[in-house]
Amino acid sequence: MNRKQKRKLIAVMCLLVALSIAAGLILYALKQNINLFYTPTELLQATTTPKQTIRLGGYVKKGSIHYDASGTHVHFTVTDRTHDIDVSFDGVLPNLFREGQAVVTTGNLTAEKQFEAHEVLAKHDEKYMPRSLAKDLQKPIVR
Amino acid sequence: MLHWFNQHFISLKAFYATSSALLPWLITAFSLCFAYGLIAGLFFAPADYQQGDGFRIIYVHVPSAFTAMAIYAVMAVSGILTLVFRMKIAAICMSVSASIGAWFTFLALVTGAIWGKPMWGTWWIWDARLTSVLILLFLYFGFIALQSVIPDQQSRDRAGAIMAIVGVINLPIIHYSVIWWNTLHQGPTLSKLAAPSIAPDMLHPLLAMIAAFLFFYAVILLLRMRNQIVLREIKTQWVKEVMSHAS
Repeated sequence: MNRKQKRKLIAVMCLLVALSIAAGLILYALKQNINLFYTPTELLQATTTPKQTIRLGGYVKKGSIHYDASGTHVHFTVTDRTHDIDVSFDGVLPNLFREGQAVVTTGNLTAEKQFEAHEVLAKHDEKYMPRSLAKDLQKPIVR
Repeated sequence: MLHWFNQHFISLKAFYATSSALLPWLITAFSLCFAYGLIAGLFFAPADYQQGDGFRIIYVHVPSAFTAMAIYAVMAVSGILTLVFRMKIAAICMSVSASIGAWFTFLALVTGAIWGKPMWGTWWIWDARLTSVLILLFLYFGFIALQSVIPDQQSRDRAGAIMAIVGVINLPIIHYSVIWWNTLHQGPTLSKLAAPSIAPDMLHPLLAMIAAFLFFYAVILLLRMRNQIVLREIKTQWVKEVMSHAS
């Protein structure tokens, strides 16, 4: 490698370092805007107005899903295992919606810890396994 | 060492000969991986406990996304070689890779949307992962546009190289987007250093498909690079000889 090439290589490396720092600072400053949703804890701390449209994300609490007599209106509780928020929703739920599943809902707060959603999306986890294995995992261990 | 590289890979004439020898092997490797991955993935892998058979789109979605990012990494490295060492072969590799990468990015976005509608409940959401992959697609488009408006070969190579290097900053952002921010897109299944969170029966076809997509890229890349080499060296004696043998 001659001197000219070495100088250029250093310049390219400096460019990359400068870019990473710039990108890092921008992304850090925009952190709250890049996050897709509030967790229940964040939402309780945030200053939002009742009519403001926001996204709330978390896990559907076990045993909290209740359907109305009409069958389309559903109530459930979204939790981050520290705080709970009750969500009511009128519409079609996605395939993966179930107890214990992570969801992202869009809507607005109607009262303290009461959320009216107009959209419910299911968040999939990164686990993939066959049904037989999933069934085995739920069985009590026989000694 | 450098001399050996020059004799087999760096000089355009040598690369043309080496790629002729490599192509049959790459095509064989692609066919084997693709056949195994496709058949095992579609027929032998068990259905997922939550998604049923719908999870099988993973065998196209993940390899396309992986290849799309790998191609951009290849372009950035080629960009550095072009800028610092004025390596012609690197400049050719960089400029012919862009449209292949754009197609794989497009495929990743489309298969993701098709999966997202039934599973998540939406085709598209502006979360950090989806948006950063869309930016990758725009980077590819930008690179192609930039190169197509500069008439002079050398300035075209250099401008493209700078763009490829600058855009590489997006790759770690795509990868870590699901970790740094909360998103609708799930976290990584494979890239963790720990054991992957996917059953082995489902994992093996996936790895085969990733390898198949990479081999496919290598085959298309070599074919397109050979084209470019002939175009750039059309006036030299060796190309005339190769062409006269071919006809």
